[in-house]
Amino acid sequence: MNKYNPDRMNPSSLRSRFTTRFLRNLSKIHAQKPSSSSSPAEIFRRYRRIKVAADKSMAYSVRSRRTWSRAMLWKLRTRPCSTSIRKTRHEKQNKNRTTTATTGEDRVGFGVEADELRELVPGGEAMDLCNLLHETAHYIKCLTTQVQVMKKIADFYSP
Amino acid sequence: MSNRRSSRQSSGGVSRISDDQIIELVSKLRQLLPEIRNSRSDKVSASKVLQETCNYIRSLHKEVDDLSDRLSQLLATIDADSAEAAIIRSLLM
Repeated sequence: MNKYNPDRMNPSSLRSRFTTRFLRNLSKIHAQKPSSSSSPAEIFRRYRRIKVAADKSMAYSVRSRRTWSRAMLWKLRTRPCSTSIRKTRHEKQNKNRTTTATTGEDRVGFGVEADELRELVPGGEAMDLCNLLHETAHYIKCLTTQVQVMKKIADFYSP
Repeated sequence: MSNRRSSRQSSGGVSRISDDQIIELVSKLRQLLPEIRNSRSDKVSASKVLQETCNYIRSLHKEVDDLSDRLSQLLATIDADSAEAAIIRSLLM
């Protein structure tokens, strides 16, 4: 993980962009807490919002430079709406999947694992193998940044 | 880099993705995985790399979930809007 260290000094690095956004979102969530803030339901609700905030901060820090971040931003934007919209989109993507995603794999025999990977990376269903691997590398890098920053924040706040 | 090859998906031209390209991308992925990086580098098959990648992404997702959970419980107990600037400074230095 040494390659992340040079970014620390850089104010426009992914890490600092994510940190700033995420902290801002966290304080918004924190500011909205009601009086009964420690009931389990409230904690669960807050957990959901923090998780969404983390994903949102990450996706916005990357913007549309990557397919996976575009897919995630799309997903986040349609999330508050009714689930029927999400289902339609999913159906469309599944149709795309059968026509575009499978032609390259048979040659190199990565079918099953590539499909698994497609389910994990946002927007992966519509990518060919080459793009999928590119996007996966960047996605992993961003996820590790996300985890590191969140860990530091949690450690900071722990008693 | 792969502009020529990767954009013509629907016309069947996708079989032109070379194995070398795939191998290069897979080895790049391999560098990111914490376990495989430490073991002998040439003996790992590409499908194993993909498998490990899937597992790694899943474990990262789970870590994010756990951290969100932890943060949601911690948020209930703190009072600290002014600490935000201090955190940013300490994280970035």
